[in-house]
Amino acid sequence: MSQLNTYRAGPDETGHFGLFGGQFVAETLMPLILELDEAYESSKKDPEFAKQLKGLLKHYVGRESPLYFAERLTDHFGGAKIYLKREDLNHTGAHKINNCMGQILLALKMGKKRIIAETGAGQHGVATATVAARFGLPCAIYMGETDIERQKPNVFRMKLMGAEVVPVTSGSRTLKDAMNEALRDWVTNVKDTFYIIGTVAGPHPYPALVRDFQNVIGEEVRRQIMEAEGRLPDTLLACIGGGSNAMGLFHPFLDDENVDIVGVEAAGHGIDTDQHAASLKGGRPGVLHGNRTYLLQDDDGQIIEAHSISAGLDYPGIGPEHAWLNDVGRVNYVNATDDEAMEAFQLCCKLEGIIPALETSHALAHLKKIAPDLPKDHIIVVNLSGRGDKDIFTVADALGVEL
Amino acid sequence: MSETRIDRRFAALKEEGRAAFVTFVMAGDPDLETSLDIIKGLPGAGADIIEVGMPFTDPMADGPAIQQAGLRALAAGTTLTRTLDLIRTFREGDNDTPIVLMGYYNPIYAYGVERFLKDGKAAGIDGLIIVDLPSEEDEELCLPALEAGVNFIRLTTPTTDEKRLPAVLKNTSGFLYYVSIAGTTGAAAPEPADVAKSLERIRAATDMPIAVGFGIRTPEQAAAIAEIADGAVVGSALVERVGNASSRQEAVRSTLALASDLSAGIRSVTKK
Repeated sequence: MSQLNTYRAGPDETGHFGLFGGQFVAETLMPLILELDEAYESSKKDPEFAKQLKGLLKHYVGRESPLYFAERLTDHFGGAKIYLKREDLNHTGAHKINNCMGQILLALKMGKKRIIAETGAGQHGVATATVAARFGLPCAIYMGETDIERQKPNVFRMKLMGAEVVPVTSGSRTLKDAMNEALRDWVTNVKDTFYIIGTVAGPHPYPALVRDFQNVIGEEVRRQIMEAEGRLPDTLLACIGGGSNAMGLFHPFLDDENVDIVGVEAAGHGIDTDQHAASLKGGRPGVLHGNRTYLLQDDDGQIIEAHSISAGLDYPGIGPEHAWLNDVGRVNYVNATDDEAMEAFQLCCKLEGIIPALETSHALAHLKKIAPDLPKDHIIVVNLSGRGDKDIFTVADALGVEL
Repeated sequence: MSETRIDRRFAALKEEGRAAFVTFVMAGDPDLETSLDIIKGLPGAGADIIEVGMPFTDPMADGPAIQQAGLRALAAGTTLTRTLDLIRTFREGDNDTPIVLMGYYNPIYAYGVERFLKDGKAAGIDGLIIVDLPSEEDEELCLPALEAGVNFIRLTTPTTDEKRLPAVLKNTSGFLYYVSIAGTTGAAAPEPADVAKSLERIRAATDMPIAVGFGIRTPEQAAAIAEIADGAVVGSALVERVGNASSRQEAVRSTLALASDLSAGIRSVTKK
């Protein structure tokens, strides 16, 4: 990582992005994680693997996803030209399936017979249940009780596809606890089980592996924007919980120094309150769930519960590569509150006829802060990481509407 | 590194011809005072080595019993500083029983590794078991601990194959903790015959004492493990006694009563 002529070389051979990353897991899991690393490295050199994944992404997921010029949002702000990368149009309605498809092919390659995953908003759970159904593997999805309550449509979707949704009642009953429980399942069923982690976090090689499967987003954007505008964008914008949609968009552009890259964390009720999920701006480095990264924690190193209106961002950590990109200053990390996200959600519905996920709405919320003051030839690409049908109950509730 | 209380204890037990009874309790569970009373009473109830849990909000390798114990301890205001105070107080009355702190890395990382080892050593700790620090992360705490004269005890599991075992053994000292089943703490009981087979394999690679834990709940099970291992570890069953007690007096009494029974089971097996 000492050569700074590229930001894309990480992680190093020990799985670190600078200080961040690593393999902080129980010994029971280590042999498996090493086995996964080997399988992943060999899959990268396997043209058959690449061909199979590409075929599935095209014919099953529906890639490539459009890069859509959002004319009315652009007019509304009266400044920069806004493009939306339509990951919401993927099968299952979010970017999550890009990674799940890659990981289930790895699971099959490794001869695993059972799939587990954690989920917050349910998008990763749905995507995992989908690929498990497609390849005929039994699947258990761990989901916090609080999230089960606020994401009912996704819970039912998972069940329809044959997944077992396991309610997690420990801790804050959200994503972090679901991840603890999934890790406990994995430790117990080590031999036959493959853990499909949904974001660019966890022990090495997961952060790199999930990133590589999500890079398809940014690679397509490069091609598409060259076609549409004949040049690269000026600004990239994406929301960040663990950070997989953001990493997928950002990573292919990290070495293009003229591209300004902005990640938006969830500020909940405000970053100056104790009710937010902005681990970069409100946390400090620590070790959780297999990696070192920025974490919301108290003075004693106990993890603090995150808060966000969006279940998918409600996590006290962030992927280790984001932590590194923050520290080296390549990516600018900002945040948006629940209220700002709600406002952007409604604006996108009304102006573009697109119901964005509440997670995505945090990225959209940042447009208001930058787009109006930018020149008309300034190009912003926002990752529209997921659709918001799953969020209508939460939104109705926040707006005081009874459904 | 120089000899620790753990080394001395295993040497004495070998002489005596029996296995070690290793107990686990959570610091500050249900409160600091009660847990101090329990820890003070454990040597008298037959414990040869005491593992003291450092509570953590996200104990991802623990089953429900130890998860609950950790939450009770945190609710009672337990911090790493207070845990070390607890050990210091215990040491005032007992300079022989080895104390091993067990838990997860983040609270130590937040406290500062160097400061933790210095304060821990001064308080009288002898060893560390840190669940989420495999040998890949030895530079974090394992190597500094060895330097400071604190044993770093590693877990080996049914998934630790021949290829992996040397990495696990490399910087382990004091004893090796064999996790008898792939799972979380307090899960199903191990099959002694399977455990014996695994121990044979590990013994071919090391002379270090091996303690066996996970799933041991009764004096009979403890005795069966004492037959084949150098130590038997009991945690969840003791911690459940604390959790089920209706008063702090009962927590102390009932936990120590179980410890005495388990100890009798282990002491019924002689290896001379």
